[in-house]
Amino acid sequence: MAPVLAAPKPALPPTGDTPGGGGAGERAFSWGVRSAAIAVAAILVGVLAFLTIRGGPSMFAGAGDLPARATSFFQLAGPLAFGSLWVAAIALAFATLPAVGVALAATVYAPSPRFGRFLGAVLDLLAAVPSVVFGLWGLMVLAPLMTPVYGWLHDHLAFLPFFSGEPSVTGRTALTAGMVVGVMILPIMAAICRESFALTPPALMEAATALGATRWEMVRTAVLPTARSGIVAGGMLALGRALGETMAVAMVLSATPFLISFNVISPENPATIAAFIASAFPESAGRQVDALIGLGLVLFAISLLASIAGRRVARKAVAR
Amino acid sequence: MAALALAALAGCAQNETPSGSGADQLKGTVSGAGASSQSAAQEAWKAGFAAVSPDVKVNYDPVGSGSGREQFQAGGLDFVGTDAAFKPEDLTSLGSCAAGSGIVEIPVYISPIVVAFNLEGVDSLNLTAATIADIFTGKITQWNDAAIQADNPGVTLPDLKISPVHRSDPSGTSGNFTDYLAANAPEAWTFGETEEWPIEGGEGAEKTQGMVSALTAGNGSIGYVDAGQAKALSWASIKVGDEWVTPSAEGAAKAVAESTLETGRGEADLVYELNRATTAPGAYPLILVSYLAACEKYESADQAKLVAAYLKYVTSKEGQEAAAANAGSAPITSEEGLSAKVSAAVDRIG
Amino acid sequence: MSATVLAHDADRSASCGGGVADVLASSRPRWGRRLRNRLALGAVVLAVAATAVPLASVIWESVRRGMARIDAELFSSSMWAVVGPGGGLLHALVGTLLITAATALIAIPLGLGAAIFLTEYGAEGRLASLTRRAVDIMVSIPSIVAGLAAYALFSLLLGPGTRSGLAGAVALAMIMIPVVVRSSEEVLRLVPQDLREAGLALGAARHKVIRRVVLPTALPGLTSGAVLGVARIVGETAPLLLVAGFTDAMNYNLADGRMTTLPVFIYTQWSAKGLDTAAYDERAWAGALVLMAVVVALQLAARHLPAQIAKLRRNR
Repeated sequence: MAPVLAAPKPALPPTGDTPGGGGAGERAFSWGVRSAAIAVAAILVGVLAFLTIRGGPSMFAGAGDLPARATSFFQLAGPLAFGSLWVAAIALAFATLPAVGVALAATVYAPSPRFGRFLGAVLDLLAAVPSVVFGLWGLMVLAPLMTPVYGWLHDHLAFLPFFSGEPSVTGRTALTAGMVVGVMILPIMAAICRESFALTPPALMEAATALGATRWEMVRTAVLPTARSGIVAGGMLALGRALGETMAVAMVLSATPFLISFNVISPENPATIAAFIASAFPESAGRQVDALIGLGLVLFAISLLASIAGRRVARKAVAR
Repeated sequence: MAALALAALAGCAQNETPSGSGADQLKGTVSGAGASSQSAAQEAWKAGFAAVSPDVKVNYDPVGSGSGREQFQAGGLDFVGTDAAFKPEDLTSLGSCAAGSGIVEIPVYISPIVVAFNLEGVDSLNLTAATIADIFTGKITQWNDAAIQADNPGVTLPDLKISPVHRSDPSGTSGNFTDYLAANAPEAWTFGETEEWPIEGGEGAEKTQGMVSALTAGNGSIGYVDAGQAKALSWASIKVGDEWVTPSAEGAAKAVAESTLETGRGEADLVYELNRATTAPGAYPLILVSYLAACEKYESADQAKLVAAYLKYVTSKEGQEAAAANAGSAPITSEEGLSAKVSAAVDRIG
Repeated sequence: MSATVLAHDADRSASCGGGVADVLASSRPRWGRRLRNRLALGAVVLAVAATAVPLASVIWESVRRGMARIDAELFSSSMWAVVGPGGGLLHALVGTLLITAATALIAIPLGLGAAIFLTEYGAEGRLASLTRRAVDIMVSIPSIVAGLAAYALFSLLLGPGTRSGLAGAVALAMIMIPVVVRSSEEVLRLVPQDLREAGLALGAARHKVIRRVVLPTALPGLTSGAVLGVARIVGETAPLLLVAGFTDAMNYNLADGRMTTLPVFIYTQWSAKGLDTAAYDERAWAGALVLMAVVVALQLAARHLPAQIAKLRRNR
């Protein structure tokens, strides 16, 4: 049994000849937690295996075996991947500044600790709203509200590629979907920003203040630089969530598969992978389901890359 | 929370307490799944059937026709609701049935599909199939287009862009709508019948409710919806022969009666070759016909009894009227001939 | 809190101005700095508004459209044999309870066990780095992909038609496990090393030290991590639509038959309506209110349980 117990460099110091140190209880316990760790790794391997076995072959499937009358897997996956990234990018664009601002309001700018706690509760509540409810809200409340705004954007800013072309009359555009997802990821990002702002060394802030800095100068010179990695990490975590958001996007976005477009107010918008899977799944059977599982694999790969990139950026920021 | 947990743990929902007094002594569970178009009708049928046989629990999961058919073939479902009938070659292996069993496939849910629009100041319009096709393919882009104006003398059409809305999820409604266009305007609509919207462009909406929300929100929008869900919108009349026909349950049933059964199928496999191009007066051929498929023979004779009892209720006058009241469908019982054929098919179960 | 105090100080020194600080500060004109400061404050206020307004709107719409159905029937009935108005979400509440409990039963032991292994046994080992990497990857599994994976697994085992609460719980566990591992690992690392060493010095076996000293010390944090993990999954819709199916009747059996949860209930009430659409919409929004209440209750529990547990322990 010795090799099993010989875990390299445990957090606890070596136990030496303590009574019962290698007893049955110890063996059972360490075996238990070790197998839990193995199980977690095995679950991931299992997930990847199941997705690859069923979804992998569909990457070479031809017309007839693919949903949306696609003729090749990549004809379908490419524009969908673009759509996922595009909607997520819009969501991040909407969420980043408010998230940083709210986090500042809850920490540095809070007029009282109670206000900070109140904002924390607001963020928790926002995070508590399930995505179906955001879907209903985006569809019934936000979209009609935004329609005149899109008309205005088109009238005045049509020279920008984002606002060219006829605007949607229903408001169910990439911009609306991005806003809804933005609201959904805002609390995630704000929570992480808030944590990293709270970690600013008080001495740094005191120093800035002592030099006569205004509150904003103190924030800019002391709080934001030290929290930079936290902000990036929060953004990347939020990006992962935005990429995977399914129901709200499926309900709100007027999606056209195969479309790649940067226009954000048009009735025709690129579809996202997650929403496409959810809406195509019920009417799919056999090989088409395999193709959807293949798309799920692609989505997984994208959000994995996003999180790896995020971790790398965060580490670099820390090093600096 | 505690109170809720208690209520939940206390056991049954108040509306599910078994009465133990079912006159017909039937007891058990019937599980079905399939077309979401039928879900409102299935709700009505389940409730009505519960009043007759309170100890039989019927489940219907609106997973979609495709998933439903796949599950029925794989085994594990007692019946399936589907917007598109089984292909004859799929009928060789029915995992849910006893070996060698034939299929019972009957139309149970007929619903007019409405070409619905939202146009300020206009309550009704006449649209030919060719005009509708041109609108959805993007050939006609303005509401005051000459082609629309020609069929609607006296209506002041605004100089407004048309926003056509289609279903972005694959659906039987899209399938029937495109089938209608392909049959009546083959030059303008060259994409044939398809459950997945074939054209890029135009606005896409998820599910019937997404379509309704889009049409309600957007001035100048036009789409196609099951009649039961289009109450708040304006309806277009379509051209049948030389007449303009507004969507109605009677017109829908009439259109089915004007159609013929597909040949080469079993006696209980009542699949209609819908005559979309009918010119019969009063018929409304833009309809969705959704089928219910079950087995002639089940592994267990008791199960067969339960399924037969449920299907009997579904196809009865009460059942069809209950569906009409909750889903706005057209009762199949309003056509004698159809009703008789369906009853004969149901009688083959067991 | 210290940040807040500091903020006040900063404000005071900025407004009082004068003295050495001003001379030292910069060559910019004073009004420019003050303007910048004001603008920044304005931006922060705007950010708060951008957060609070959508939340207020969502809550207001849910109350406005769903409050009428927050009644006794909602909590005592299922949707079985209900046509049009009336009916309730008891079946969805029970489904949520069961599926969430099953998910927690899978995810918490596995997640906590893995976290204990990572902190107490194999911090530097190969298995530890493998597990840690697996957790990093699992965090980025989108929930719909977890649903697809569970679908692939169960359709392989039991055929493509399989729908069950258990399959839903397996899908949700894939999302919850990494949350539990991460939060537990963090909390376990906060337990002072001295405590462990003291236990070992007294001659206790390592597993006893962990069970009697480390875990009890970390219990408040572990609990709140687990509760937040539950809060993360209780609102999931997409994976359950794929694998748990939909039913309008009560189902207490996780292993057999379809099971509806609150989010799926809301979605189906919206997506599949009868003629009386208002009744369905009201139920959907009432369901939204109930679901939000459940999640808020869970979050409150996560925030206040640790203090409660600590207090109980102190009194003992």
